[in-house]
Amino acid sequence: MSDGTAAAPTHAVRRRSATRRRLRRVDAKVSPYLYVAPFFILFGVFGIFPLLYTAWVSLTDRNLLASDSNFIGLDNYTALMHDEYFWHAVVNTLGIWVLSTIPQLVLALVIAHVLNRSLHVRTFFRMGILLPQVTSLVAVALIFTQLFGYRYGLVNYVLNQVGIENVNWEAGRLSSWFALSTMVTWRWVGYNALLYLAAMQSIPDELYEASAVDGARTWRQFIHVTVPMLRPTIIFTVIISTIGGLQLFTEPFLFQPVQSGSTGGSARQYQTVAMYLYEKAFGGTQFDFGYAAAIAWCLFLFIAFISFINYLLVRRIRSADV
Amino acid sequence: MSVLPYRVRTPGRGRRRGPSYHRAGPLTYLFLLVLLLFSVFPLYWSFVVASHDNSALGAYPPVLTPGGNFRDNVHRLFNAGIVNVDFAKALVNSAIVASIVTVSVVFFSALAGFAFAKLRFRGRKLLFVLVIATLIVPVQLGVIPLYIQMIHFGWINHLQAVIAPFLVSAFGVFLMRQYIAGGVPNELIDAARVDGCHTWRVFWHVILPAVRPIAAVLGLLTFMNTWNDFFWPLIVLTPHNPTVQVAVSTLSGAQYVPDYSLILTGTFVSILPLLVVFLVLGKQIVGGIMKGAVKG
Repeated sequence: MSDGTAAAPTHAVRRRSATRRRLRRVDAKVSPYLYVAPFFILFGVFGIFPLLYTAWVSLTDRNLLASDSNFIGLDNYTALMHDEYFWHAVVNTLGIWVLSTIPQLVLALVIAHVLNRSLHVRTFFRMGILLPQVTSLVAVALIFTQLFGYRYGLVNYVLNQVGIENVNWEAGRLSSWFALSTMVTWRWVGYNALLYLAAMQSIPDELYEASAVDGARTWRQFIHVTVPMLRPTIIFTVIISTIGGLQLFTEPFLFQPVQSGSTGGSARQYQTVAMYLYEKAFGGTQFDFGYAAAIAWCLFLFIAFISFINYLLVRRIRSADV
Repeated sequence: MSVLPYRVRTPGRGRRRGPSYHRAGPLTYLFLLVLLLFSVFPLYWSFVVASHDNSALGAYPPVLTPGGNFRDNVHRLFNAGIVNVDFAKALVNSAIVASIVTVSVVFFSALAGFAFAKLRFRGRKLLFVLVIATLIVPVQLGVIPLYIQMIHFGWINHLQAVIAPFLVSAFGVFLMRQYIAGGVPNELIDAARVDGCHTWRVFWHVILPAVRPIAAVLGLLTFMNTWNDFFWPLIVLTPHNPTVQVAVSTLSGAQYVPDYSLILTGTFVSILPLLVVFLVLGKQIVGGIMKGAVKG
């Protein structure tokens, strides 16, 4: 690194350049830490610390309304394991997750495959399928709640035309899961399709040419070339939708006819784990922070576990490629 | 440790095209048009409902075209005497929150991304691994201590409560680092140093201008996510000082029999700003997502 002071070496200039050199050394040593510090400080205070502190709160009987709290060990977890509502919410969450993730990703693959051709107005179609992603969760929930309405909903009207009686989507367990999965799928399918499309475009043309020489038609190429090459991206999207799906909250929260807390229907038919957490901590009058923290921590461990599996899978695929 | 199975593409590298012999036939276009219809219809429908009187919803067969009541419904929406929430204030609040968060995320991400990509310091690798690890940590689950924190700060029902936790983003740092590492040549930085620039001036005069394209994408995604956020604002804010999402959700809980024309007017107004942004800059957003701007 040159100093840029190549002028006549008078005494004063030399002294000034020495000071500058020292400043420069301090600059090189300290600056990097100053630049990454805002991220780590803010993220630590508002991200990591609360998350870790959740583990501690979950070991207490902390309640917003009580002035002090006591350490109660694993009592919250023991109660949780015997909590019928909790397990009910777990089943609901997993059910909605499966019903939304699988069709969503399969459909996204097909859409990406179709988009991966020479198309006119390509950008127009890409923007079109991404449009739902711009729509807020609240908007999605409210619009679809209206569409899935029992008496005046458009979905039931269409079903009437083919001779099916009105379905009370909100009231049934499976039917409400279906309605909620539709919302999730609608919002995310285009986004995932674009991720797949990006990955497809990085598949070398030679692979297709080789299989075309072998006489493979479009859809066979799709199964035998495209899908295997997309495996890392597919795993990635599965994980992303899993992390999102397990924390599902807004759609079921606003699906209730009258926003009367977060029970997820009169029989808790679509209450998710995140809603149960909300109900215990902020919904109604319970403010049972210790118990809610235990729910949050269970959810966190489950998500961390799944992410770890993702890491292993991706690493195995990488090493298999080499 | 790598979480993302593919790399963020850096500028300068050309985008590959799909196999050119997959020419699209009429069936392809038909399929895509149907798809587009499903994509757009719910949004169109929200406008149809928002432009009618609530009684029109009971019509059989249902009306599928916009009516003439939109202005009237908007009037009702912004009339605090009729609606249980100050909708204008909600819009202003959301604009403030989303703007501050966006500027902050872009700036701090570029700063940290620069340090990780181009500066040498002890612990750089370890710290960057930490950033990546936090990418997949669902920090939303820390809501309970975060809420307790907000009580201590006295921030409940204040906008700081929905701004402060989102001022930085691990995803932003990751994106910026990848972009700067691949897209800003070392020669450019060395040249600036030869000219006597210290690190800060290198950042200000070389890095910031160079990251403008990715900063636009990151900024747009951040603005959208912040504008659309619901879970946390619902917890710390009240209908007296809401963001737009909290306000819209409050509409739906207002009466025992929901007034859908009013609810969906609010919904439509709440998505309108992002819709406009999307129509203008959608191409960049699509490009950003496809370049690896994942995890929106």
